[in-house]
Amino acid sequence: MSTQTDMMERISRSTRSLTTGVDTNDVKNWVTIHIMGRAYEVPADLTIMTAMEFAGYKLIRSCGCRQGFCGACATVFRREGEYKLETALACQTRVEDGMSLVQIPFVPAGAASYDVAEERYAFSVFSKYYPEVDRCVSCNTCTKACPQDLEVMDYIQAAIRGDFEALTEGSFDCIQCGLCALRCPAEIAQYHVGQLGRRMYGRHGSPEPDHLRTRLEEIERGDFEDALNELVGASQEKLTKLYAARERESD
Amino acid sequence: MTQDNDHASREERGESKTGGLKLPYYPGCTLKTTARNLEDSALAVADALGIELVELPRWNCCGVVASLTDDDLMRHMGPVRNFIRVQEMNSTGLVEDELRLVALCSMCFNTLKQTNKRMHERPKDLKSINDLMYREEDYRGEVEVVHFLEILREIEPERIAGLVSDPLEGLKVAPYYGCTLLRPKGIGIDDPERPTAQDDLIRLLGATVVDNPRKTVCCGSYQTDDNKDAVANLAYDILTHARAAGADVVTTFCPLCAFNLDNRQRVVMERHPDFEPMPVLYLTQLMALAFGFGEEACRFDLNYTDPREVLEASRLVREGS
Repeated sequence: MSTQTDMMERISRSTRSLTTGVDTNDVKNWVTIHIMGRAYEVPADLTIMTAMEFAGYKLIRSCGCRQGFCGACATVFRREGEYKLETALACQTRVEDGMSLVQIPFVPAGAASYDVAEERYAFSVFSKYYPEVDRCVSCNTCTKACPQDLEVMDYIQAAIRGDFEALTEGSFDCIQCGLCALRCPAEIAQYHVGQLGRRMYGRHGSPEPDHLRTRLEEIERGDFEDALNELVGASQEKLTKLYAARERESD
Repeated sequence: MTQDNDHASREERGESKTGGLKLPYYPGCTLKTTARNLEDSALAVADALGIELVELPRWNCCGVVASLTDDDLMRHMGPVRNFIRVQEMNSTGLVEDELRLVALCSMCFNTLKQTNKRMHERPKDLKSINDLMYREEDYRGEVEVVHFLEILREIEPERIAGLVSDPLEGLKVAPYYGCTLLRPKGIGIDDPERPTAQDDLIRLLGATVVDNPRKTVCCGSYQTDDNKDAVANLAYDILTHARAAGADVVTTFCPLCAFNLDNRQRVVMERHPDFEPMPVLYLTQLMALAFGFGEEACRFDLNYTDPREVLEASRLVREGS
């Protein structure tokens, strides 16, 4: 494991454009992409996100974890000469020559407000909060749009027939980028439907896991009070040291 | 008689349990939610008859109402996608060389069959849909949409009669057909004016068929969403005619008809104080009863107007069962 300085350097590196500090004379392969209609020459091995930064854009929206997890960097693009509109995450997709693209900073799709504990565990919860689900024509456009390769239409169909378990399985890896909702001809906000279904399943459907019950008992019993108090009372210096030495997954 | 006893007795009679019939089965959303009594009873009946109904993997909505417009092709994608699943069932070995797709819900049956007919008659539409669904294999137009009632009619009457352990003697049944099993021409499976498909089965169960002159009148269909009164008036008309003809119960195969005739009786009673509640059952529930199955197959608990009192009065259901 590294020292604190190494750590800070790694964090800084991971949030920096890949080409920062790269001498453009060293770049051998270039492509032309069109960002919002304007052509830019960018190194061929960049992602859409880093290519935009290379082109001079400062991303304050449509940009988040840069690891393909957060769903903030939804992008729509067309390849040169193709009629199909493609969708992707900007941080996970390499630029291609002739690509024409734009970032989608936000998808306007209102999320309903509800208390899952109060709702009846039945298919009707979907038509109550998202009645558009019943407009699904099974065209599968949502599935084609999903950058996570989820079978989006299948989980919407599961919602329609009240199969909460299948809906949960099918939508579990959703990162809420909203591209499905943007492309849906029936104007369904699939990712909100998925979230409602998973919450309902978590509250009413899935069996209570033993480890959760045990941990809740431990917390109730006060097993972690001392450790928590120690952290609360620790100096900044000690906290920094503890943070740097914490257990973490390798990169 | 319990289900297990029934199986034993069938073996004693030397009959094979599986008649070798293994068919792709399309359930539809309603059978998985508000019409479980149709699915549970029909699957039990099919099993008793040696018919294995294999649920389509990854099925989607049937399309709900067949779109009759010329240019609204998108509405036909759902049905066609289900037909592709039938092709896949054949290629993956879930069924063997069986392109008949069985529907239990007559609304699903009607919608699926209308799309299939259009795909047969208008190859250009089929090509457009296949092109649009480029991630699926092409639909080759070979699937045949059939209703469960058609499968039942193919079985020798003696075989069905042979499974009746508790004949429904004395029970007067008014079959209701509605629209979706009968119309339009080329889709319906029976004479649209004088249908008999349910009648023959009801007689095999030992019950008496009574003729309701309103058996093919519309139930009000989806008007039930925003015009309860219109539907309640139709239900009142249909059910009082059945009552006048002497019926104890009404049977149907359509979850929407069942909803309008059964669940809407609450509204009927508000509007027509003289109305006497009338049980509305899926025909397969009566079949399950006559075959000696218990409540787990009959599912009378899911009917809005509880039929058990009427059936007990006819000594067909023992008290407490």
